Amino acid sequence: MAKRIDVSGLSAYYTAHKAIDDISMTIEPGSVTAFIGPSGCGKSTFLRTLNRMHEVTPGGRVEGKVLLDDENLYGSGVDPVTVRRTVGMVFQRPNPFPTMSIYDNVAAGLKLNGIRKKGELDSIVEKSLKGANLWNEVKDRLNKPGSGLSGGQQQRLCIARAIAVEPEVLLMDEPCSALDPISTLAIEDLIGELKDRFTIVIVTHNMQQAARVSDRTAFFNLAAVGQPGKLIEIDDTERIFSNPSVQATEDYISGRFG
Amino acid sequence: MTTTAPPPTKPEPHRATGPVTRPGDRIFAGMARGSGIALLVVMAAIAAFLTVRAVHAISKDHGNFLTTFEWTPSLNPPVFGIAVLAYGTVVSAIIAMVIAVPIALGIALFITHYAPRRLGGPIAYVIDLLAAVPSIIYGLWGALFLVPHMRGLNLWLDDYLGWTVIFHKEDPNSAARSLFTVGILLAIMVLPIITNVSREVINQVPKMHQEAALALGATRWEVIRLSVLPFARSGIISASMLGLGRALGETMAVATVLSASPTLSAHILDPVGGTFSQNIVAKFGEADDFGRDALIASGLVLFLITLLVNGAARIIIQRRKEYSGANA
Repeated sequence: MAKRIDVSGLSAYYTAHKAIDDISMTIEPGSVTAFIGPSGCGKSTFLRTLNRMHEVTPGGRVEGKVLLDDENLYGSGVDPVTVRRTVGMVFQRPNPFPTMSIYDNVAAGLKLNGIRKKGELDSIVEKSLKGANLWNEVKDRLNKPGSGLSGGQQQRLCIARAIAVEPEVLLMDEPCSALDPISTLAIEDLIGELKDRFTIVIVTHNMQQAARVSDRTAFFNLAAVGQPGKLIEIDDTERIFSNPSVQATEDYISGRFG
Repeated sequence: MTTTAPPPTKPEPHRATGPVTRPGDRIFAGMARGSGIALLVVMAAIAAFLTVRAVHAISKDHGNFLTTFEWTPSLNPPVFGIAVLAYGTVVSAIIAMVIAVPIALGIALFITHYAPRRLGGPIAYVIDLLAAVPSIIYGLWGALFLVPHMRGLNLWLDDYLGWTVIFHKEDPNSAARSLFTVGILLAIMVLPIITNVSREVINQVPKMHQEAALALGATRWEVIRLSVLPFARSGIISASMLGLGRALGETMAVATVLSASPTLSAHILDPVGGTFSQNIVAKFGEADDFGRDALIASGLVLFLITLLVNGAARIIIQRRKEYSGANA
């Protein structure tokens, strides 16, 4: 299921502005990798290049290679729609489709993939909601609108929606930044459970969170405002938080940044 | 917080009578309240005037006001009814909506989601321009250009869809001064308002919902179907209702194109029929006092129909409120 991501020489632009510069890294299958760094360092932009969402922004453009196992996501003839069906994404603010019921939200991606049989849909919806630790809370109101749930439940609904289509990789862009600590804990527990099935990449501003959930941590930084963001280092999370090899990383983690 | 009680303050004598207000606030509040009351008074006055005159006319009507085809209040005894007018008004408006809503929605989606930015702007401008053309110009264009050029389409419809009764044409050689032509003309006239309001609403759809669909691997059309249209639904209904309101009330363009006659026909290509406002503008000049009262009665019915349509639209929007985008 889970696949290895191999990025080499990747730069991303917003029209003429270079947002990230020449990033290379390898992300192991079935691991959790956290991206940390100050605002504007390009970690979210980099995340969005991994499922070709960056180019949706007007003027968005990418150079370089992203290999998913052996397939280049930016190869000619690769359909971004197909890429996004293989690389799922969860956003900063919970964004269930407001006009759809809980059930339809989870089933939305399945229907895009042409699964229409009621029985099959039912079982995948149940499995996905269980996988997102949401089933017990919503099983009696699957036909109620998803927007009626609490923020944390909505975010787990979005995770259920993303994992329903069985992606290889799950990208999470600050998935807990709009949530309270208890909902955050629920999502973090969930990440631990999901990493056996998916390669997970998570952007976070919360360094404790990075330390808690991830196996590897990548630190991004930018030289100055307006300069492109760069990957400073990527290493085992334990090492990054105890004995990083670059001084800037240690400064950032210990709060001496700037 | 400290626990020390604040020293007792002595109210200043000249301000002790009420909350402090500034003159600017008072003036503005007074103006706003005055405008609100003035609106209610004017509405009440119009409604009272219309109702009194209408009731006066209807009570002297020797035909059935609702089912009579003819409009002859000058006869003795007077006979007039709104059957043909109500039918013509509703049918021409329906034709206009059937044609205009899909096209308007298509244009709005093209401008917001498909067209490159430097093309979307000019298109939106041209649509705005359509709204600025006075309706008499549409009427003249309809009568002088559209009517003579409808012949081919009418014959084709009669040939292939004549069996549906709706598209049957009694006399293939009669001029295209029909409810169908009126409907097409109305469709062009209501296109700008439906397009512009829909475009505004579609532009309001939050990016995060569209990204949610994109990230699931939705194509551009699937993004529109999954996130844009459901979110914009109630707004698009409102836009259509605004258009419908204009189509129901349009006067000059209809009066210029339609060849009016007190005949109620299911064949929309036949040059017969009438609408409320067309009838009013055609008869008002030569009507005596009683005739004018009768026309006012018909105007009141048009008002009621518009009210009903708007109410229905509101109910449709309300029923889906739980699922509406406003909860996002």
